[in-house]
Amino acid sequence: MIIEALIGVTFLAALVVMLAPDRYAGKLAFALSLLPVVGSLYMWAGFDAGGNALMAGSIAYETQLDWLTVAGYDLQWFVGVDGISLPLVVLSTVLSSLAIVSAWTPIDTRQSQFYGLMLFMEANLLGVFTALDFFLWFVFWEAVLVPMYFLIGVWGGPRRKYAAIKFFVYTNIASLAMFIAFMALVFNLPVGSFGLPEITQSLQAGELSSFVGLDPATLKLAAFAAMFAGFAVKVPVVPFHTWLPDAHVEAPTPVSVMLAGVLLKMGTYALLRFNFTMLPDVATRPLVATVIAAVAVVSVIYGAMLALAQQDLKRIVAYSSVSSMGYVILGLIAYTGLGIGGATFQMVAHGLISGLMFMAVGVIYNVTHTRMVGDMSGMADRMPVTVGILVAGAFGYMGLPLMAGFAAEYFIFQGAFASTVIPSAPLFTAASMFGIVIVAGYLLFAMQRTLFGEFSLETDYEVRRAHFHDVAPLAVLLLCTIALGVAPNIFFEMITDAIEPVVAVVGGGA
Amino acid sequence: MDPVLLQADQLPSWTALAPALALAATGLVLIAVDSIDPDDSRPALLAGIATVGSLASLGFAGWFLSAGTGQAGTGGAIALFGDALVVDGMALFFQAVFASVTALVVVASYDYLSDHPYRAEFYSLVLFAATGMALMAAANSLAVAFIALELASLPSYALVAFLKRNAGSVEAGLKYFLIGALSSSVFAFGISLVYAATGSLLLPDVYDALAGGVEGLTGVAAVGILMVAGGFAFKTASVPFHFWAPEAYEGAPAPVSAFLSSASKAAGFALAFRVFVVGFPLDAGIDWVLLFQVLAVVTMTLGNFAAATQEEVKRMLAYSSIGHAGYALIGLAAFTGGAGGDVIGASMAHLLVYGFMNTGAFLFVALAEHWEIGRTFDDYAGLASRAPMASVAMSVFMFSLAGLPPFGGFFSKYFLFMGAIDAGFWWLAAVGAVNSALSLFYYSRVVKALWLDDAVGEFELASTPTALYAAVVFAAVATLLLLPGFAPVIETAQSVATTVVP
Repeated sequence: MIIEALIGVTFLAALVVMLAPDRYAGKLAFALSLLPVVGSLYMWAGFDAGGNALMAGSIAYETQLDWLTVAGYDLQWFVGVDGISLPLVVLSTVLSSLAIVSAWTPIDTRQSQFYGLMLFMEANLLGVFTALDFFLWFVFWEAVLVPMYFLIGVWGGPRRKYAAIKFFVYTNIASLAMFIAFMALVFNLPVGSFGLPEITQSLQAGELSSFVGLDPATLKLAAFAAMFAGFAVKVPVVPFHTWLPDAHVEAPTPVSVMLAGVLLKMGTYALLRFNFTMLPDVATRPLVATVIAAVAVVSVIYGAMLALAQQDLKRIVAYSSVSSMGYVILGLIAYTGLGIGGATFQMVAHGLISGLMFMAVGVIYNVTHTRMVGDMSGMADRMPVTVGILVAGAFGYMGLPLMAGFAAEYFIFQGAFASTVIPSAPLFTAASMFGIVIVAGYLLFAMQRTLFGEFSLETDYEVRRAHFHDVAPLAVLLLCTIALGVAPNIFFEMITDAIEPVVAVVGGGA
Repeated sequence: MDPVLLQADQLPSWTALAPALALAATGLVLIAVDSIDPDDSRPALLAGIATVGSLASLGFAGWFLSAGTGQAGTGGAIALFGDALVVDGMALFFQAVFASVTALVVVASYDYLSDHPYRAEFYSLVLFAATGMALMAAANSLAVAFIALELASLPSYALVAFLKRNAGSVEAGLKYFLIGALSSSVFAFGISLVYAATGSLLLPDVYDALAGGVEGLTGVAAVGILMVAGGFAFKTASVPFHFWAPEAYEGAPAPVSAFLSSASKAAGFALAFRVFVVGFPLDAGIDWVLLFQVLAVVTMTLGNFAAATQEEVKRMLAYSSIGHAGYALIGLAAFTGGAGGDVIGASMAHLLVYGFMNTGAFLFVALAEHWEIGRTFDDYAGLASRAPMASVAMSVFMFSLAGLPPFGGFFSKYFLFMGAIDAGFWWLAAVGAVNSALSLFYYSRVVKALWLDDAVGEFELASTPTALYAAVVFAAVATLLLLPGFAPVIETAQSVATTVVP
């Protein structure tokens, strides 16, 4: 029942914080958010699942209760974690707590509502990463949109309304496409259930029947395409990425942290679960694999090029997310143990590092009131600790060894290079590696101009050092990044364990 | 309570009408109390009586439903008065819907009527209309159907025109009355044609006569059925008899709009489900399902497009309520006989969820009218900073009406569309889904105004009316809890709907 407790406590915390007076809301929200952190670490400590939850593996902390039965279909309260979902659960709880701390300085209106919505979002994220019944999962999946809409729309920057509505409409339409595609699959399977394991196993046993003139293979292809498009918006990959920079730039810092750190992972997590685990025979078609790999490489390169062209630090980090998530897609389509494992590892690593970068940019903005590269220089003189952490984080982003980003990217490149699924895999892998060069380019370029050199920011207010509670979450994230870089096995072993069955289906190697 | 106690041989069978009788008796008590001392106005007493009466009705309906009265397990439907009325699961389900909406509306009206004379009359009119609706759900004869429809409609006309010094209210009442009278006559004429063709007014007899074949009179029966459908289209505000709805909902006092657009509409569907499913066989050469397919598609599309172009929240809600009539019509449009009862059950469940979310939305408008902050989207701007809880409630209603997952409206719409797909009408579900996606646009405008827009001027909100506020919050909580608690609702609805199918 630990998962129910985790979700329930977070929902209750959201309610309590919502009703608390503004003065205490931030501190109270942080204190309460430590409960799910402890809970998720406890889950991690006692984790004993093996294999993939969807493919007859054992599931940890499983609960399966009947919810309702309609027209022969069972909907269940069905939750549990395996090696893929647990790291993301831990990431969600840890990042939420840190994001709440990072909100203490910038958020000064309607605090109780803000922190309440943050916790409400966290509860739903936990639901997304633990639900194993499609309906339950979809309820949580969509419920994440509601707090996000308000968090961007109420507390965001000058164009917040535009960004909030764009985000909401884009992702909602994407969800609809995915929902319809999934329904088309389930209705033509003999399973009377929305449980993801049953559906996966039935699909792989080839039990799909034809539907309105579409033979099973075509139906699978159509469903794969619609679901891929639906999740691609969330990830986002080029060309579905245009909502992201708007949402990121307008969102307040803590919300950007959650958006980049966890919400984007919902998309890649769902891709792994739904597209790549349930329909491997579609994904491994040479043409499909080529298209997906090409999309991944384009996302990597184009996202990085866009980041190179930005003048706003936050936009740079935002576009770099498009680039990093492209690596995840490349790792997934590789269908090797290292490829998919590295992609899953990258979800966590990017969650930590992009969270760190957004927070660091936020701290600098709190102090300088500007994010423009051209406006500032020599920040290292005024806020050495923050800048030090930011530089370390940037190195992590670039893939400096012994940082989480290096481990993830190494696994992905290694896995993609050896892929038997992507035609001319080495070519695609080599092309995507150019992304690293561009990443190093824009990060070094931006840092060199803003952080180093002579301090010259013309202001009529004092540029002072950041508060301890602004810098502390950065330090925690940096420590986590280094820990994962030095010892990837903290998560990588359980990830590989859950990946193996997926890879075995297509006969991919390690 | 032991279900055995509720069987006909233990209690007089007329007690099965308790949900309707409780409403009627409460209406009479209100008149009696008022006539004992007409000058003394004790609003709390009157509202209290009305609330207790409607809750009693809800209690009876819920108790009977859970005890299985009139359902297959306890000896089947209880027929009364020469089979003219029949109490079964479907009747009780709808009576529970009417009673809960009535209770919400009565509670909410307490503040709305605070400086208004004729409170007792208002409450008794509401309860008499509810009585008519309760009878509509139980009508097993076309004659009773007509009388019950009129009993529900006549008080409604008066309620719409209740603000007699307000030109809009009076005009709305007049329009409602004129179109109502017209469609009543269409309905009555349709009944007479069906009677002419089949020689009976009792629905099962009509079914047998039509199924046996009415040589030479099929055309007469078909025209009759078409005109009967017209009568329902009026009551449910479906195209092409929908023109009264935006005017009436806009002009009427907001609690009355809530009452009409939720309870009255559900009553129309209750009657339509029974009359068409029980009375008119599908395989007798008269394809009424096709008629409802056209009606459903046109109604939901027109309602949604019209709602998207409105500038006033109340009018938007009126048109969106037309759109929802279109969704509920799927119950009949995708009906295929036999297991097709499932889709009617889904429609019924949608109407129950709709009863809470739509009533709540109109009651929020009542709250806004009480505060006198204006009617357009712009007037609602920034309201969340002054009335956060009510705004949360309104956001819940809007997202739920749009069918977004964390709320009850998601499941009710999902099962409706899934029922249509199961019955083989995937295109109907597709039209519904597209409409539903479109509706998010105008529902989110309200949410945007409340939370994201900044207030144009400083507004001072008068005191918060406790009862109205409580009703709004209660409806929101119910809408939210209907998602996890949807299992008993859909299971009950589908099981009672399936037993009605002959």
